[in-house]
Amino acid sequence: MLYIKCPFCGMRSQNEFAYGGDASVKRPELNKEISNNEWDDFVYNRKSLRGKHIELWHHVSGCRQWFKVQRDTATHEIFKTAKMDEQI
Amino acid sequence: MSQAYRIKDKGYINRKKLINFKFNGKNYTGFEGDTLASALLANGIHLIGRSFKYHRPRGFFAAGVDEPNAKLQVLLNGHSEPNVNATEIELVEGISATSQNCWPSVKFDIGAINNLLNKFFPAGFYYKTFMWPKSFWYRIYEPFIRKAAGLGVASIEKDKERYEHKFEYCDLLVTGSGPAGLSSAYAAAKSGAKVILAEDKHRFGGSLLTDDVSIDNLSGKDWADKIISELKEMPNVTIKNRSQVFGYYDHNMLVMFERVGDHLEKKSKFTPRQRLWYIRCKEVILSTGSIERPIVFGNNDTPGVMLASGAKEYMKVYGVLVGTKPLIFTNNDSAYETAIEFKNNGVDPLVIDSREEQNSELVNEAKNKGIKIKFNHAVIKANGYKKVNSALIGELNENKSEYKNTNIVECDCICVSGFWTPSVHLASQSGNKLKFKKEIDAFIPDKSKQNEVTVGAANGDFTLGSTLNAGFKAGTAASKKINNKEIDIQVPNVNEKNHKAHDKFWCSPLPKNIKAKRFVDFQNDVSVTDIEIALREGYRSIEHVKRYTTLGMATDQGRTSNLNGLQLVSNIENKIVPEVGHTTFRPPFTPVTIGTIVGREVGKHFMPTRLTPMHEWHEKNNAIFVDAGAWKRPRYYKIGNETMLEAAKREAKNVREKVGICDVTTLGKIDVKGPDAAEFLNRVYTNAWMKLPVGKARYGVMLREDGMVMDDGTTTRISENHYHMTTTTAQAANVLSHLEYYLQIVWPDLNVNVVSTTEQWAGAALAGPKSREVLAKLFPNIDVSNETLPFMGYKEADLFGVPAKIFRISFSGELAYEINVQSDHGMFMWEKMMEIGKEFGIQPYGTEALSTLRIEMGHVAGPELDGRTIPYDVSLDGMVSKKKDFIGKRSLTKSAFTQSDRQKIVGLIPTDRKTSIPEGSHLVEDKNAKLPNPKLGHVSSSCWSVENNNPFSLAILKNGKNMIGKKLFAVSPLKNKSIEVEVISSHYVDHEGKRVRS
Ligand SMILES: [Zn+2]
Repeated sequence: MLYIKCPFCGMRSQNEFAYGGDASVKRPELNKEISNNEWDDFVYNRKSLRGKHIELWHHVSGCRQWFKVQRDTATHEIFKTAKMDEQI
Repeated sequence: MSQAYRIKDKGYINRKKLINFKFNGKNYTGFEGDTLASALLANGIHLIGRSFKYHRPRGFFAAGVDEPNAKLQVLLNGHSEPNVNATEIELVEGISATSQNCWPSVKFDIGAINNLLNKFFPAGFYYKTFMWPKSFWYRIYEPFIRKAAGLGVASIEKDKERYEHKFEYCDLLVTGSGPAGLSSAYAAAKSGAKVILAEDKHRFGGSLLTDDVSIDNLSGKDWADKIISELKEMPNVTIKNRSQVFGYYDHNMLVMFERVGDHLEKKSKFTPRQRLWYIRCKEVILSTGSIERPIVFGNNDTPGVMLASGAKEYMKVYGVLVGTKPLIFTNNDSAYETAIEFKNNGVDPLVIDSREEQNSELVNEAKNKGIKIKFNHAVIKANGYKKVNSALIGELNENKSEYKNTNIVECDCICVSGFWTPSVHLASQSGNKLKFKKEIDAFIPDKSKQNEVTVGAANGDFTLGSTLNAGFKAGTAASKKINNKEIDIQVPNVNEKNHKAHDKFWCSPLPKNIKAKRFVDFQNDVSVTDIEIALREGYRSIEHVKRYTTLGMATDQGRTSNLNGLQLVSNIENKIVPEVGHTTFRPPFTPVTIGTIVGREVGKHFMPTRLTPMHEWHEKNNAIFVDAGAWKRPRYYKIGNETMLEAAKREAKNVREKVGICDVTTLGKIDVKGPDAAEFLNRVYTNAWMKLPVGKARYGVMLREDGMVMDDGTTTRISENHYHMTTTTAQAANVLSHLEYYLQIVWPDLNVNVVSTTEQWAGAALAGPKSREVLAKLFPNIDVSNETLPFMGYKEADLFGVPAKIFRISFSGELAYEINVQSDHGMFMWEKMMEIGKEFGIQPYGTEALSTLRIEMGHVAGPELDGRTIPYDVSLDGMVSKKKDFIGKRSLTKSAFTQSDRQKIVGLIPTDRKTSIPEGSHLVEDKNAKLPNPKLGHVSSSCWSVENNNPFSLAILKNGKNMIGKKLFAVSPLKNKSIEVEVISSHYVDHEGKRVRS
């Protein structure tokens, strides 16, 4: 079980959190004309990276804040966590 | 004579307390402090069970977790448990154990014929034999395998014992209380670090209990006792015996299994049997010690053959002689301690040493005591069926591949030692890649992967002096890391005997004329031949050899077999062991009971139960409940002998004709507040929200980005910047996370906050043509006319002193209202509504009637909104705004979603107007078509229409729009039904929706 530092609450066990996927994905702006491919990239296409990865986590059984985690997908090592408006 | 093999005045057992127990139906006695194994051995019992594949007689092979044979079915306190390791379970009054793997009895076992037919059971037997034809599986192969390969019998009784979970945090966890563990824990504890010291056995001390050493002029055991009593005094130290750390997970989370009550004769009601500890620690010191490795020889599985370290432990700790004519077969010095211990107890051993003449301290001591030693010799095979009675030994030639001469020696036990294997399991689990240490011919931990350090024998360090040194060093290093404190520990004076190098002799060659099985893995019955076959058949990777032969795959995780297996492979393949590599260790290190893993999460504690404030009323009024997520909802209220269908029809009819009341507290409720709330809702829902006036409700549908409907519900504008959103019961949590995702990540510029208010409000739906009359009496101070409180209207009012919210919304399709009051007034509201509604014929209705009402109206719910339907599929086209953008809109333009023959919601009635259509049925054109019969759609919801008095269903049907009027078949292979149905509109009742507006 991972040990994750919520930027608001501190160190908590993984079972308090929900995983939210790749944090680098940007939702296309509303009302913007985009191609099917661009839309598919946003909705479906994800790289299954091995190594360092910035991802979203949600502290569902805590402060209910979404935040960013930099984690190695192979070793589970967590390098850094940050609020949504902070840079990693 | 009872306990004939007990040595006088030896061991750490309590001879004042005699304990009665049973084995295979016979009564025996032992002492407090015995294990089941030591007590049986004290009574001269060696034959303990039959082996897994060949049903060969087996006896005790070790004295601890390394035991591969002595797995028993144990009955205690009416609870029967299979595969209990006799060497680990403590003797308690009344315990009753039986052998496994044998039928009809351990002494006469029919399955032993497998032993004679052994050429039919080679490596890969299961893969090769049970292959074809497929139909043989059910009738022949599976029953055969089940009977032949069955280990113990799992109890079918409910487990009455209590199990617990505990979460613990500490600075340092030390796993094992041998010299390495004690010194590490002691040093770290001195700095004030919060330390947990875990020992799997009941006694602390590990090898100090059995090795012939002294520390600061104390015996090993006395020194261990002294350290333990000091540690016990420290408030920052938790000491746990009977506690096995069995799993090492990510981020320094270790899991430990504590036997809390198993050894207690009487325990209180609340004493758990076992406890699971989740320990999150900053640092870990792995002091798990080492396990003796056997040398492989012919018939080495005969009862009476055991590890030399086991024999020594039985003598020193339990005061039990495992034989009176022992043979000691070794390739190293450590087994000489066993020989000397035998001699000290008046028994003459014969030592068979594969090495040339030795003159080390220990060997010389043995010689001086008059112990007979045969150097350059090996045990070729053991003789005897149910017990060893002699051994064939041979004098080895130069390269130890053949024998110069052989002869038979009488013996009643063979104590074997093939040197030591560090217990690296936990280190390996932590992610530590192991490295091969040539000097000890075994793997030890390499670079630390997590915050773990391995110390002592587990690290391949087999001398006490350097182990203690390393322990104190590791402990002070940990304390420095944790508390930044330097601790100065005086390393004690150690007195131990020097050991000379071991011999790389792992397996006795068999002369050509001798036939005997040489076992590598006892628990899974894997012999040298099996490994040879696997290699001959082309298996090269050690992971493949392991799976093909099942080597090391039993519950003992190959503790006594892994390295011998590797050694054999490397010899045959002409490689060195590190080239062969090793297999991966996985948790659990030792078997853990399912009860412990489950803990207290059983029965009603399996998950929390959510009850509405009106629950008690429902109970009193014969509600039959249904689970809706964690909620309990009334399914129907039973009157007399009604069936569920009868009750649902009555309740639904009463709503259509008079007035009904339904507990809708479970609906998800979310407060949406802020100046940008309207804009936010406009983006979240498919329809327009910018112009909803204060005091009005609107139905909304929300999609996922992939265009599938996520949820629906009504949202009401309570005030300028405050909306009250409702969700379905099932999706409440998901919707909240979804909203938070968009507010926090996608559109942080929107000034909106959301919070769940589900539990703040109790809700009751008041539905039926007479509901307005009831409402008027409930709220005499306000105007409830159709003009002032129209469909989708909202009003706040006073319910006899309780503030209430009235929403004119309808799920049933009737004139209806939903009234919310603060949860603690829920019961008051409900009772008031029942009281006032009495004269209008009010009746409560449950979820069955609720479903009936919405299905015949064609209102969609969970079964239609199953994450695979877009709004057009469920006839929500009118809800989709053409003008504005919203979550998921772009997906709706994709070609698959715009095809004219796309699936669509339809209604179904059986052509006989009588037969109910099972939910989940598939719709097909021809019920007799060849399989696979093309599926056109599925039945999502079914009810008995109270309006038309016949069954009615909703279905999602391909090209549904153009199928109205067609006849199809609804087939349910599960219920073995196939019903002819007619496709009609999904709106079966009140097409124009007049009633809700009446
Ligand atoms: Zn938090």
